[in-house]
Amino acid sequence: MHPADSVRVQTAPFDIGDEHARIAALSHATGAIASFTGLMRDTNEGDAVRAMTLEHYPGMTEAALVEIVTDARKRWALQAVTVVHRVGTLLPGEAIVLVLTASAHRGEAFSACEFIMDYLKTRAPFWKKEETPAGSRWVDARASDDDAAARWIDDGVTD
Amino acid sequence: MPTLLYFARLRETFGVEREQVPLPAPASVAGLLDALRARGSVWATELAPGRAFRVAVNQRVANAETAVADTDEIAIFPPVTGG
Repeated sequence: MHPADSVRVQTAPFDIGDEHARIAALSHATGAIASFTGLMRDTNEGDAVRAMTLEHYPGMTEAALVEIVTDARKRWALQAVTVVHRVGTLLPGEAIVLVLTASAHRGEAFSACEFIMDYLKTRAPFWKKEETPAGSRWVDARASDDDAAARWIDDGVTD
Repeated sequence: MPTLLYFARLRETFGVEREQVPLPAPASVAGLLDALRARGSVWATELAPGRAFRVAVNQRVANAETAVADTDEIAIFPPVTGG
């Protein structure tokens, strides 16, 4: 992994400002930082969701995230990348995932941020279980996430 | 003996988080899945061909032809839903 990058899976909340400040301070060649924050919603599939538990595969999950960041670095010139994904029990409104991408210009930062999220959704071993009024249920994978990730295969950029 | 790990919904359905199983014949993911399906009940239904599940061997995504060895860690899990 590139020394400027940070990939973490943790139960603790993260501070977006702290994470942003860290990569902003790394290099004055950075002209743009794109960020994505995924939040827990209080509804899904029409049902109220009062809590969510995220499970991962320790070791493989971190390796998959590093591989996705490495893949992004092959496609775009990036100064730094941060990926933080939480596991454990989360409540509505809490942040689940953060992706920050720093580059010289916004285009590469935006593209890399979206690419990392699309690949994370379909390749990183995380599983969500929701608590609804009717009981708990595992969230099903979405075909639209596969479609989002597949877009990047046909964009003329090869690995 | 290979170590098997199960995650998320499959862990709950099987009622097992981790177990060791004899090296299947053939020593491949396909051979292992056949041995698990032969247990019947939820094993046969959840791992039936066409059902959506993933297999990793030593924490790398695997397919039916991937070889498995005595010291391998093999994980079986549902399609991922992070982010």
